[in-house]
Amino acid sequence: MSLTTTSTGSAATAAGPVPPSPALPRASRSRQKSRGLLLIWIFVAPALIVYVTFVLVPVALAAVYSFFNWNGLGALDRFIGFDNYIRALSDPIFLGAMTNNFLIVVLSLLIQGPLAIGIALLLNRPLRGRALIRTLVFVPYVLSEVVAGLAFRLMLPPGGPLDTMLTSIGWTGDKPLWLADPDVAFWTLFAVITWKYLGFAIILMLAGLQGVPEELSEAAAIDGASWWQTQRHITLPLLGPTIRIWAFLSMIGSLQLFDMVWILTGGGPLNATETMATYMVEYGNGRSQIGYGSAVAVILFVVSLVIALLYQRYVLRRDMRGAITRG
Amino acid sequence: MNRRAPRRWAAIALSGLTIGALAACSPSADPGTGGNGGSGSGDEVVLTWWHNGTGEPLLGFWEDVAAEFEEANPGVRVDVTAYQNEELQRTLIPNQLRTGGGLDLYQQWGAGELAAQVEAGFVKDISAEVSERVDQMGGVVAPWQFDGATYGLPFNFGISGFWYNTELFAEAGIEGTPETLDELYDAIEALKAAGIVPIAVGAGDGWPAAHYWYHFVLKSCSPEILQEAQVSYTFDDPCFEEAGALLEEFIASEPFNPGFLATSAQQGAGSSAGQVATGAAAMELMGHWNPGVMGGILQEETGDENATPPEFLGWFNFPAIPGAAGDATAALGGGDGFSCTAWSPPECTDLLNYITSVEVQTRFGEIGAGIPVTPGSEAGISDVNLLQVLEGLQASTYVQLWLDTAYGPTVGGAMNEGIVNLFGGQGSPTAIVDNMRNAAATL
Repeated sequence: MSLTTTSTGSAATAAGPVPPSPALPRASRSRQKSRGLLLIWIFVAPALIVYVTFVLVPVALAAVYSFFNWNGLGALDRFIGFDNYIRALSDPIFLGAMTNNFLIVVLSLLIQGPLAIGIALLLNRPLRGRALIRTLVFVPYVLSEVVAGLAFRLMLPPGGPLDTMLTSIGWTGDKPLWLADPDVAFWTLFAVITWKYLGFAIILMLAGLQGVPEELSEAAAIDGASWWQTQRHITLPLLGPTIRIWAFLSMIGSLQLFDMVWILTGGGPLNATETMATYMVEYGNGRSQIGYGSAVAVILFVVSLVIALLYQRYVLRRDMRGAITRG
Repeated sequence: MNRRAPRRWAAIALSGLTIGALAACSPSADPGTGGNGGSGSGDEVVLTWWHNGTGEPLLGFWEDVAAEFEEANPGVRVDVTAYQNEELQRTLIPNQLRTGGGLDLYQQWGAGELAAQVEAGFVKDISAEVSERVDQMGGVVAPWQFDGATYGLPFNFGISGFWYNTELFAEAGIEGTPETLDELYDAIEALKAAGIVPIAVGAGDGWPAAHYWYHFVLKSCSPEILQEAQVSYTFDDPCFEEAGALLEEFIASEPFNPGFLATSAQQGAGSSAGQVATGAAAMELMGHWNPGVMGGILQEETGDENATPPEFLGWFNFPAIPGAAGDATAALGGGDGFSCTAWSPPECTDLLNYITSVEVQTRFGEIGAGIPVTPGSEAGISDVNLLQVLEGLQASTYVQLWLDTAYGPTVGGAMNEGIVNLFGGQGSPTAIVDNMRNAAATL
C-alpha cells in the first residue's frame, strides 16, 4: 500500500512543471510562457474537441430531449416537463430492468470476485503450464461481445450443442430452456457474463499480486504461518487496492451492461433479462420515442454517476490519497 | 531554427486535420445541399440508395438495377448499399434523415412510419412525377400515400399465410390443406401424433408472433372498425379482445416449437424460417418473402451459393373461422417500397420509376424474391408458391396492412409486446388492448 502511494506521489512531483530559469529576461520569459500555453492547447485540442463533441454535447442533448415528447423526426416543440421520467420510474418493466442491473452488480461482486481471487492465487504459484493457463483464462475477455454472444446463442437453443453434450454425459431428461424460459434466462445470461469477464478480473488480481513483496510471505513462513494464513493476513490485505478498483469497474460495467444481453436475448424472453440500457434502446429507439429513451438514458447516467461518486468518496478514498496532486 | 519546430508544425497540422475531419462528419445544415447525395463532384450526380436486401438474389438484383440506371443516365452514379432490416428501419434511416443529407432513395414500409417522416418534412412529394405509375398500380399504393399525396412506390406486395412442408404433412397423413380453424387444429394434432413440431414461430423477434393476433383481429373485426382504428387509435370495440381470446385458445393447443420465446425469425437454421427450411418444423405463418429467406438460410448453412428454397414448400391462406364477424375474404399483408428524401435530386424519381417499370418488375418476379406490384409483371412469377400468394391477394376484397406498420412503431411496439406476453403465458387479451391504449396516449 504505502509503497504504491509513495512511488505514485514522487512520480507526480517529478512530472510537474519545471520553474522557469530566473536568468531569462522578462520579454523572453513571457514569450516562452505563451509558447508553452500554445503547445498545451495544440496537444489538448484534438482530445478536447472529440470529448466535447462526442461525450459532453450528447449528454447535454439527451438531457434536453428528455423533457420533450419527441419521435426523433419532427420539431422539438412538445415540452412535457418530467412526464418521461415519471413514466419510466412507474413502468414495471423499467423497474424490473433496474432490478436486473443491481442483481448483476451484487452477483458479480459476490461470485466473480472471490472466484477471480481464488484462481489468481492458484495461478500465482509455481505451476507447470502456468503461462498457457493464464492465456486460456484471458481468452474470453479478448473475444468481442458480439462474437461471444453469437457463439452462445448458437450453442444454447433447445436441442443445440450444449443439450447434446449434456445428453452425451448422461443427462438424458428434459433440459432447461436456457434462453427461452423467463425463469432460467437471467441465470444463463449471468453465467455467460461471468465466463466473459472473469478473465479480466483474474488478470487484474494477478497484476496486483505482483506488487505484493515476497519478503513478507517469506518472513511469515519463517514465523511458521501456513500458506492459507499468509494469503489471509498478508496477500489479501495488500491486494485491497486492486480488489477495490476491480469492484468499481465491475459495478459500472454491470450497470451499463448492454451488448452481451442485446446479442444473447435482446432483453427477453418476456423482459426477463432486460437491463436499463437494453430498455433504453428498445423503448426509445425501437419505438421512435427518442424523448422517452433520453429520459431513461439520463436516469442510467445519474444512477451510475451517483454510485461512482459514492464509491470513490467512501471506498476508493484511501487508494486515491497521494495519487492526485492538488495544486 | 530549433529542431523541435517541425514537430510542432506537425502537431498544428494534425489538430487542423482533426478539426477538418470533425467538420466533415457534422451534418450538413442546409438540406438543400444534400450531403454527399445529389451533389457529387463536377457534373456527376450521386444517388445514395439504401435497401434491406442483404441476401441473394435481391442483393445482386438491386446492384444490377443500379448499374443499368447508371448506363442509361450518363453522369449519374448510384451508390447502392444493403443493410440488415431492423438496423436500417429503426436506426440508420431515422438518424440519416435527421442529418438532412447523405441519402436519396431509401426503403419505405409505409403507413404510420411514412406519416411521421412526411410530417417532419423529410420525404419528397412525388405525386406529379409518378402519377402514371400510381394510376397503373391502383389501391396498392395507399400505404405510401399521405393526405392525398404520394411519397413512395411499392415494388413488392404480398399477403401472409402458412408456409408448410408438404412432405411432413404427407408423413402425418394430412390430406389437402386446412380450410378452417378446426381443420388447422386437426392438422396440428396429426403432426404432433407423428412426432413432428407443428409450427415454428420466431416470437423472440416479436412481430412473427404478433401476426397471429393480427389474423384473429381480421377474423373478428370488420374492415370499417379496422380502418377507423388506424386513424383515431381507438380500440374500444370488443372485437379486439375477442381476437385475443381466439389466440389464447390457439396457444393453449401448444402447436409451437420448443423455446419459441427466444427463437428469431430469419437468422440461421435455429430460426423459425430455418426450422421449416431444414424440416425441423412443419409450418410457419409468414409473409410472402419467406421462400427467399429460406433460400438464403440454406445457402449459409450448406455453403452452396446456388441453394434454392426447399422444394417441399407449400402455401395456404390463414384458415377461415365460420361465423366470425370479420370479412371472410380479407387478407393481411404488406409490402416494401422506396421513398425519395426531400433533398434528393430529380434523378431519384427517375430511378424509382425505373425500379417500378414493368421490365424491372417482371425480372423481380423471375428471381423469386417477392411479388411484383406493377400490373403486367405477374408473368415473371414462376415460383408456384408465390403464384398461390398472388392468387390469394387477388381474391381478397380487403387487404389490411400489417397492424404494427399501420399503427406506427410506438403503438405497434406496445401491441406486439402485449401479444408476445400472451404467448409467454403472462398476458391477457385485455392487456394487449390496454398496452395499445396506453401507448397511443403517449403519442
